[in-house]
Formats: sequence, C-alpha cells, structure tokens
Amino acid sequence: MITLLHSAIVFGTVILFGALGEIISEKAGNLNLGVPGVMYLGAIAGLVGVFFYELGTPNPIPIVCILIALVCSFAASALGGLVYSFLTITLRCNQNVTGLTLTIFGSGVANFFGGSLNKLAGGVGQVSVPVTSGAFRKYIPALASIGGEKSIGYLLFSYGFMAYAAIILAILIHFYLKKTRSGLNLRAVGENPATADAAGINVTKYKYLATCIGAGISGFGGLYYTMDYIGGTWANDGTIEALGWLAVALVIFATWRSLNAIWGAYLFGVCYWMYLYIPGLQRRSLELFKMIPYVVTLLLLVFVSMRRRKEDQPPAGLGLPYFREER
Amino acid sequence: MSEITRKGHAQEPFIRISKRGDEMPVWKAWGIRVIGLILALIVSAIVIYAIVKLNPLKIYVSMWQGAFGTSKRTWVTVRDTMTLLCIACALAPAFAMRFWNVGAEGQVLVGGIATAACMIYFKSLPLPLLFLVMIIASIVAGGIWGLIPGFFKARWNTNETLFTLMMNYIAIQLTAFFVATWENPKGSNSVGVINRQTKVGWLPNLFSEGYNTDFGWNVIIVLLVATLVLIYLRQTKHGYEISVVGDSENTARYAGIRVKRVYIRTMALSGAIAGLAGFLAVSGASHTISTQTAGGRGFTAIIVAWLSRMNTYVMLVFAALIVFLDKGATEIASSFGMNEYVSQIISGIILFFVLGSEFFVNYRVKFRGAKTGGADK
Repeated sequence: MITLLHSAIVFGTVILFGALGEIISEKAGNLNLGVPGVMYLGAIAGLVGVFFYELGTPNPIPIVCILIALVCSFAASALGGLVYSFLTITLRCNQNVTGLTLTIFGSGVANFFGGSLNKLAGGVGQVSVPVTSGAFRKYIPALASIGGEKSIGYLLFSYGFMAYAAIILAILIHFYLKKTRSGLNLRAVGENPATADAAGINVTKYKYLATCIGAGISGFGGLYYTMDYIGGTWANDGTIEALGWLAVALVIFATWRSLNAIWGAYLFGVCYWMYLYIPGLQRRSLELFKMIPYVVTLLLLVFVSMRRRKEDQPPAGLGLPYFREER
Repeated sequence: MSEITRKGHAQEPFIRISKRGDEMPVWKAWGIRVIGLILALIVSAIVIYAIVKLNPLKIYVSMWQGAFGTSKRTWVTVRDTMTLLCIACALAPAFAMRFWNVGAEGQVLVGGIATAACMIYFKSLPLPLLFLVMIIASIVAGGIWGLIPGFFKARWNTNETLFTLMMNYIAIQLTAFFVATWENPKGSNSVGVINRQTKVGWLPNLFSEGYNTDFGWNVIIVLLVATLVLIYLRQTKHGYEISVVGDSENTARYAGIRVKRVYIRTMALSGAIAGLAGFLAVSGASHTISTQTAGGRGFTAIIVAWLSRMNTYVMLVFAALIVFLDKGATEIASSFGMNEYVSQIISGIILFFVLGSEFFVNYRVKFRGAKTGGADK
C-alpha cells in the first residue's frame, strides 16, 4: 500500500507540473495542446545542458547541475511557448492546430537529440548524468526513516525536492489567481478578452506571459521525468507524450483549480499503478486497467457539463483568438 | 517625433493590422503559402546544416530518393498519402461544423480493430462477402466512436476537444487489450501479420496479380471518399446545415435546423470515415494491428484538414507533402546516419510556417508612415 502511494506521488509529480503550467495558460484563454511537446523540450534541454556540463567537468558540483538543468529546461520550454504564443496571439492561428504542431515539433526535437546525444558527444555509451540525477533525487534520510522501514517517513519525505516544489507551486498559483490583482486580470483575459481590454488590461501581454511561463512550468514536468523518474537518462519510448496528454486531462479533472490538481495528480498515479497490486491479472486485463485514468476524466468531464455549475466551467474565452477590431 | 507627440495623445502604432475586407485572389493566397513553404525549407536547411554539417541540398535530393526512388517506394508513398487523406476527409465534416474532433486517432484504431477481428474470425467467408463485412464493421466501429462525443456535445454541450482526446487513449488501451488477446506467437506482444500464408482479407493489387506491389484499390477508395465528402459538404442539404451550424449555432436554431441532430449525425459520419481509414491501414497496408496502427496520423490529419480549409482535393497536396517529408526523412536517417525523428522536426517547422502564412492571407499589415495600400507581407 505504501509503495503504491509512493510510486503514485512520483508519477503524479510529473503530470502535476504539466497541468499547473497548462492551468495558467488556459486561464488566460490559451488552450495549449502542445503540452506534450513542451514537456519534451523541457526534458531534453535540461538533460543536454547537464550532460555537457558533467562531461566537461571532472568534479561537477550538484547545486550547479540543478541550476543548469532548471534554467535550460525552463528556457527551452518557454521558447516553445513563445512560438505558440506568437502564432496564436500575434498571427491569430488556430490554437488546436498550432498546439498539435508544437507537440510534433517538440517530440521530434527531443527524440532526435535524445537519440543522437551519445553520438554527438563522441560515443560515450549509455547517456547518463549520475551527479545531477543524484542531486535531483536527494532526500533527508533521517526524516525518511521516521516510523521505520517504508512507513510514514518514507511516504512523506523520500522524494527529490521537485516533488515538494510542485506542491508549493500549486499553492502559489492558487493564491496568485485568486488573491492578487494581476491574477484577477489574467482570469479576466481568459474569460472575456474584449471586456478586459476595455478595462485597460493589456491582453496581449497577459496572454504571452501566461503562455510562456505556463509552458516553462510544464517543461519542469519533463525535466522531473528524465532526472528523477527514470534516473537521468533518455528513453525514446513516447512515455512523455502520453504523460503530457494526461496532464491536459488533469487540468479538466481539477476543473482548472491548481489545488485540486495536487490530489488529482496523485489519484491519477494510483489509477496508473494500481494494476501492479491487483493479484492474478492477466496481461490483457492489465491493459484495460490502464484505461482507468482516461475513463475517470471522461466521466468527470461529462458530469461537470451536466451540472453546469459556473465555477466548474472552462474559461469562457478558451481556445478563441482575440482580435480587437473584430466585434 | 517624440517631441511632437504630447502626452495623452496616442501615437500611431508602429504596425497596424486589419482584416482584409475582400477575399484575396486565389493565386495570391497560394503565392503567400508557397513563400511560407520556401521560407520553411530554408530554415529547415539551416537547422539541418547546423546539426550535421551536411549540404542541405544533398539531403533534399536524398529525401526525394527515399520517397520516389523505386516504384515500390513510390507506391508506399502513395499508399500512406491515401491513408492520411482519408483521415483528413473524415475530419472535414466535423471541422466544417467547428466541432474539434481531435479523436481521429482513436476512431482509426477502433476501425482497425474491427477489421482485424473480421480477418481473424471470419476467414472462412467467401472473399467478396468478407470484404463487405470488414468495411461495414470498420465503418460502424469508427462511427460509434465518433457518435459518443457528438451525442454528449449535443445533449450537454460537453467540450468536444477534451472528450475526443480522452477517447483516443481509451481506444489505444482497447487496442493493447486486443493485441494481448490475439498475440501470435504467444509472448511476442504483437499480433504479427494476420493470415500470413493465406492472405485472406488482404486488399489485393489492382493492376496485377498478387499483393503489396501496387495499392490501386487504396487510391480508388480514398479518391471516391474525397469526392463524395466534397460533394456532401458543398452540394447537399446536410452540408449546408453543417456550415450554418459551424457559423453560428443560434442562427441555425432560428432557421429551424435541428442542431443536436446535425451534431450527432455529422460526428457519426466523421468517425465512420476515420474507421474506414482504419480498414485501409490494416487490410490495405500493414495487415496487422498494433497501438501504432494510427501512428499519430490522426493528429497530423487535423493539420492537413485545417490548412486545406476543408477542401478535400487541396488536402491531397498537404497529405502528399507530409508523407513525402516523412519518407524522405527516414531515408536520410539511414543514409546519413541521422536519427529518424528529424522528419518530425522538419514537419514541425514547415507546419509552423504554413500556419503563420495564413495570417498574411487573412490580414493586412501596415507599417507606420506607409501610405495607403501598405505593405503586404
């Protein structure tokens, strides 16, 4: 049971980052279907950055590794967000199509560099960044062993720092959106850009910033996946893409609230890993079990649309481009 | 300049954007798109050069070889273009209605599952009857998969983008379930080529005896579908209703169109055609089923359909372009020792540019100080 919850939290952290970024972006009215691509970009940029640092330095310093990974990851995925913003906000392209293109592009870039990183570096065998990955996974053993082997302490304190960062970030985003003036403006832009514009809010600026910063945060999900989840290497198996779509699903599941996203993410994690803990499953029924997170999201989507509660609805301006002169 | 403009006096913005009032002549619109395409190829060339330090022209030649080098390769390129075109045609009715069906991936997969099931369980049927059953089964399966989100959209206005997206993953897991059920040989976790010896249920050659050397039937089926969809959208009452609903749901309701019925009917149709694409992918191409049977083409087709403005013949051009890039990139990957994902990078860049060029088709850009008429692009 404890192991299940533990792996659920590790899994949940990946999609929590993805979903938090997407919440910010969607609150500003941009339905960015490029989340998987952006997570890919964040993952690969972080990995490449540290990989060359570790390769070129005899004794890499862990804290520098972490900084390089975070900065590279954020920069790359925010850049992806910038391309998306430019196309959808300035050039008013269709958001769905642009987002999907960003996903294709991001996964292409990431898998290309991930697959040829070894070759570009001159053949060093398996790509790995032990120091950085170690730093990302570091936890305080004294706290983690509270209550003995695999109990409370293990469940609460045995994760790398990013798992806690995700929770803090979720709380911060909640406060930002609900309690600050600028958060209010952001929501106004997402609900009704024309009204926000009339009220003197710079719609373009808010949309750009929300999408780029949101993309940067989503990118951390990819970084956490490479550094912590699979331990600092690269796998060309498309998992990040599947996780990216789950992150999009999580946004709906959380009904666009960052606090709900925290427990939602862990619940998704439980759904995802549950099959390991049900005895006597055949492989084929196991595949059906993996359907659960998606089915649950779907049911919730239907439920929310049936209830029609105002607070649970997507931002009204979601997916629509804004052009001031078009009324 | 700044001394003249006093505070509180709005300065004329540096760039002004306005919507084009009149439709641009077709040749000019296409000129802009071609310029976008050329810019994209130049940027891709720079990217390729930066990564591998190889002459990009040589790479483009090699891509051509990869797509059309031999007659077999040409046929495979044609076959895959047709499958992609079929999926894009499936999306056209939904998109014309402004219904964001991003679930083609799943609809293709369930169509493929139905086809594979027929090939496995009904192999003793006489061939023509078997093909009929396969086609009907794939259409029905895809249709149902499309109908579900259509129903919820019509009944409770459930967000269709997110709904169809989730349906994709359910379909993928369903496929994984059937792969595990039908796996052959045991433990391989793949279905293998279905009816490898008897070739029952394989779409045969059109121009000669045998299998897999030409894909004439695929071409005929898909071009027929493309024509029918175009006629359906442009010339029929249903097509008219779809475009009215797409423009404004309220207008449609006032005009007495039964909007809910249009949603459900159109989505069932959209899913059905995607299901047929699943039939082509299984019976007409790979002769097997896996979670990769749709292979992301459900998503690529969205871009194809959107860029073509729902004109199924224009879709042929974009589908061919994307398949060409894909085949070409696989070739350069093997001959220059690069990684095949380079094709996704190039497709991404090209699509960004083509998408961006739509802006210059729809809007006019004026720079400050420019006289009337302004600068186009």
